Amino acid sequence: MDLHAQWNAFATLVVKEYNRIVRIWVQTIVPPAITMTLYFIIFGSLIGRRIGEMDGFNYMEFMAPGLIMLSVITNSYGNVVSSFFGAKFGRHVEEMLVSPMPNYLILWGHVAGGVVRGLFVGAVVTVVALFFTRLEVQHPWIVLTTVVLTAIVFSLGGFINAVFAKKFDDISIVPTFILTPLTYLGGVFYSISLLPEFWQKVSQANPILYMVNAFRYGVLGTSDIPIGTAYTIILAAIAVLYAASMYLLNRGIGIRE
Amino acid sequence: MKALELENLSKTYPNGVRALDGIDLAVDEGDFFALLGPNGAGKSTTIGIVTSLVTKTGGTARIFGHDIDRDFSAAKACIGLVPQELNLNQFEKVESIVATQGGYYGLGRRQALARAEKYLRELQLWDRRHDIARSLSGGMKRRLMIARALVHEPKLLILDEPTAGVDIEIRRSMWAFLRQVNEAGTTIILTTHYLEEAENLCRNVAIIDHGRIIEHDRMSRVLRKLHMETFVLTMDREHAAPPALDGYTSRLVDPLTLEVDVESQHGINELFQSLSAAGIKVTSMRNKANRLEELFIRLVDQGGDGRAA
Repeated sequence: MDLHAQWNAFATLVVKEYNRIVRIWVQTIVPPAITMTLYFIIFGSLIGRRIGEMDGFNYMEFMAPGLIMLSVITNSYGNVVSSFFGAKFGRHVEEMLVSPMPNYLILWGHVAGGVVRGLFVGAVVTVVALFFTRLEVQHPWIVLTTVVLTAIVFSLGGFINAVFAKKFDDISIVPTFILTPLTYLGGVFYSISLLPEFWQKVSQANPILYMVNAFRYGVLGTSDIPIGTAYTIILAAIAVLYAASMYLLNRGIGIRE
Repeated sequence: MKALELENLSKTYPNGVRALDGIDLAVDEGDFFALLGPNGAGKSTTIGIVTSLVTKTGGTARIFGHDIDRDFSAAKACIGLVPQELNLNQFEKVESIVATQGGYYGLGRRQALARAEKYLRELQLWDRRHDIARSLSGGMKRRLMIARALVHEPKLLILDEPTAGVDIEIRRSMWAFLRQVNEAGTTIILTTHYLEEAENLCRNVAIIDHGRIIEHDRMSRVLRKLHMETFVLTMDREHAAPPALDGYTSRLVDPLTLEVDVESQHGINELFQSLSAAGIKVTSMRNKANRLEELFIRLVDQGGDGRAA
């Protein structure tokens, strides 16, 4: 398959994923918009007023970058895990497997789909946030790179989950029992400086903390952790998850008999 | 040029089941080839390995000279697959399914859409192009899978039970279409349980059983073996032993019922002459089974005796 043909295959897969996101917009776009609106109303507007400032910002301002990242993380993961597992379950994953598309294109096509949905929903949540607070972006490149790289991390995670999943229950276990707790404890709603020193150390083992804080630094200019460390962790996560995904694809684990 | 060459191909599943036991098979370019066998014989496993849906545990497979391990991209580009199980995205539109498959094979969007139109028209699905796959009838879904398999114009088309569950009228129109595809130069490998289908379409045949090729020959030669039919005769009185019928094999099912194997070149007239000469009066007669069953029973039994090719 020459490079032009590979590009056509990749573009086909990305367009297919995009069409899927748009076709089921009631499932993909609306729920995060409603959930985040509720977060802003309840935690930001009602409770946030009593909380006061956090790291020098009013609570709504502080929370908004965290909620945007929360939606990017859950949607990029959710898109790939449901799309790829759905293809496995309906057996139309075979359309890709019998084609001459290299495995890395199958992977990047799905990751691109996850990133598209993550950014799409992230943009919707940002618009929702602007109804409640002002967001003056301090470091646009950090905002852009952290959000894209984080979406790649969780798209790869979703892909690995889908490869191992055998039934629909299996695609909700990781988001429910691992992803959501780590995200909520990853500094979305609070600065870890509020925690006792021991729990600050424990929190630093949570990779999502670095992603949320890097993004918050890009928007507000404040962070609990060094930005260089955040990029190192995000890039390392991408490298490890990519290597694992390619290993699974090349061995045919979970997708070929 | 061989469209397909399999050498010592084997597959053992993790549970220890040996699905393929070192099969050798060659299919010439331009052939219309039947791969027959009972359920669980290894047909779908063979096709799965050739199309990379199943990982082999031994042997080699080449598609138009391209090794599926070393040159997988070129090998896969040669193949179009119509699988046995429906594997359509049920919520995707008909045209999109075909064009997307073209994209996976590297076609640009415009070319993929043009090809989709061509094959959907040829398979009488163009009017349904905006419908989701789920809304199609069983026969339409089968035809959609054929259109999808052809969109990149493969040199080798593999059809795994393409007409299963399809009514005879649609089946015959599919046969006409496939014959046309083959005449245009596409090599076709077909698995089917309908002997009539294989007999009508295919020039060469291999029969697989318990993971081994037990017959690999021209269709005409295999059919000659098939053209021995068994008739069940009811006699007017009881007999203690089967009569001696020159040129026929017979056996008593019960004192009033006789089974006789009749080769097509002998004919039934001669059988009745022999029965009359043996003093046997027949009150009724019926064919014992359809020919496909006869084929499998006979060849599979022989295969069990170690006649694997």
